[in-house]
Amino acid sequence: MGRLTVNLCGVELDNPIIPASGTFGYGYEFAELYDINLLGSFSFKGTTKEPRFGNPTPRIAECPMGMINAVGLQNPGVDKVISDELPKMRQHFHKKVMANVSGFSVEDYAYTCERLNGEEDIGWFEVNVSCPNVHGGGMSFGTLPEAAAEVTAAVRKVTDKPLLIKLSPNVTDIVSIAKACEAAGADGISLINTLLGMRIDLKTKKPVIANKMGGFSGSAIFPVAVRMVYQVAGAVNIPVVGMGGVSSAEDVIEMMLAGATAVEVGAANLIDPFACKTIIEELPRVMDRYGIQNLNDIIGGAHHG
Amino acid sequence: MKQGLFTILKNEPLTDAVYRMVLSGDTEAITAPGQFVNIKLDGLYLRRPISVCDCVDGELTLVYKVVGKGTAQMSAMTAGEQLDVLTGLGNGYDTALSGQHALLLGGGVGVPPLYMLAKTLIAQGETVSVVLGFNTAAEVFYEQEFKALGAAVTVTTVDGSYGTKGFVTDALPENYEYFFTCGPEPMLKAVYKYTDTEGQFSFEERMGCGFGACMGCSCKTVTGYKRICKDGPVLKKEEILWDA
Repeated sequence: MGRLTVNLCGVELDNPIIPASGTFGYGYEFAELYDINLLGSFSFKGTTKEPRFGNPTPRIAECPMGMINAVGLQNPGVDKVISDELPKMRQHFHKKVMANVSGFSVEDYAYTCERLNGEEDIGWFEVNVSCPNVHGGGMSFGTLPEAAAEVTAAVRKVTDKPLLIKLSPNVTDIVSIAKACEAAGADGISLINTLLGMRIDLKTKKPVIANKMGGFSGSAIFPVAVRMVYQVAGAVNIPVVGMGGVSSAEDVIEMMLAGATAVEVGAANLIDPFACKTIIEELPRVMDRYGIQNLNDIIGGAHHG
Repeated sequence: MKQGLFTILKNEPLTDAVYRMVLSGDTEAITAPGQFVNIKLDGLYLRRPISVCDCVDGELTLVYKVVGKGTAQMSAMTAGEQLDVLTGLGNGYDTALSGQHALLLGGGVGVPPLYMLAKTLIAQGETVSVVLGFNTAAEVFYEQEFKALGAAVTVTTVDGSYGTKGFVTDALPENYEYFFTCGPEPMLKAVYKYTDTEGQFSFEERMGCGFGACMGCSCKTVTGYKRICKDGPVLKKEEILWDA
């Protein structure tokens, strides 16, 4: 076992770095630039039961140290993901992949996960109860413990694969929601999704984004993410995948000290397509600098003493 | 797509708001006129997409208009400074479809990508007519550069202070076989309406990544959903759905 190897819900990762859903497509744009098999895994574009175009444009806004997106879960739908996207992905990526799933009803979530369950290279489900960009769904399941638990239980019935629930930071008590998911059968928690944000253009005096509001991500949200990962990791007995503004090997170590077993990298991929590769290459050097022999030694380290 | 460090050779104003920046670096990934580059700027999070005006042997020319923080920052840069640039983005114009007489219609900051296109078409032995549209005389740029390539150039200004008064669609020549266009969306819509041949349109949209990963710049077309940054920015006339 290498010094970067971690075990996420029974599946071994060569390193803890996982590009976050929605920032990495199905991998092939990045495969033009580097061998994406050097990643621990990646979480593919959020998949729904039906195909979705998503929101009108503009969908993107610049922010200090970050960005807002309101893509709105654009994806070809689960049938096309299975018939077209996953076969194309397999030409480039040969490891276990994380299947990110969204829905508009409890039945949607269960249906989509059940359809994907037969795909052998799906190592984990990451069920997104936290998309801030779609009306009448997504985040509404992630803001109440009972609703999050209901989605978790419904998906639990259709799969034996490791089940992660991806939580929204746009809540008053993240710990109660994480605990409800754990009690309903989740194998892990991933957090945080984006923070609900907004920009207004001074020239037009109108919101920059057509959807008005969107998900704020990037380096600016990193401290919020570290805080929430720390809170959740201290309260549950299942692994936590940490994400939110991670853009360097130092950030990865900080997330792991907060309690993350693996770390997702999101917006950083969009501004530097080599971000994950660079982080993986730099991890050993940064570990040396801080006297870390093996990443497993530091998971949750900030909770002790 | 390639990522590389480029060195600024020259950065000069062409009008009050439009600048020309010439950079030196690895331009191998730039394979067609109409492609764009995505530039990282200090202190700004998202890269800034700028269309390629010209590209010859490791020398990249960008002509850009100062419209916000990013382009204002670029305009203040000087020779010798370096920029982190993603190159070879977007599909670019397909120059195999142009027939013998191509019409190029550019509006304002949509003019620059047509320069490398005109150069390519003329090198292919085609006749090229160019109509460049601006608001007023003070905003006109690149008329001489297009003429020097051997293109027939007409300039239009909305206020009539230079060239033909009106829009590019008020100065359409006879006899063209195919057209290429780039400009603001109202102009593109007018070009769509007033041209009677096939052609290609270059679109603009706010982008996240610029290389197809984030779905930030999607649009609906006759042939399905497309990403302006990766499947575009150039779409063929028959693909376009305006009210999507």
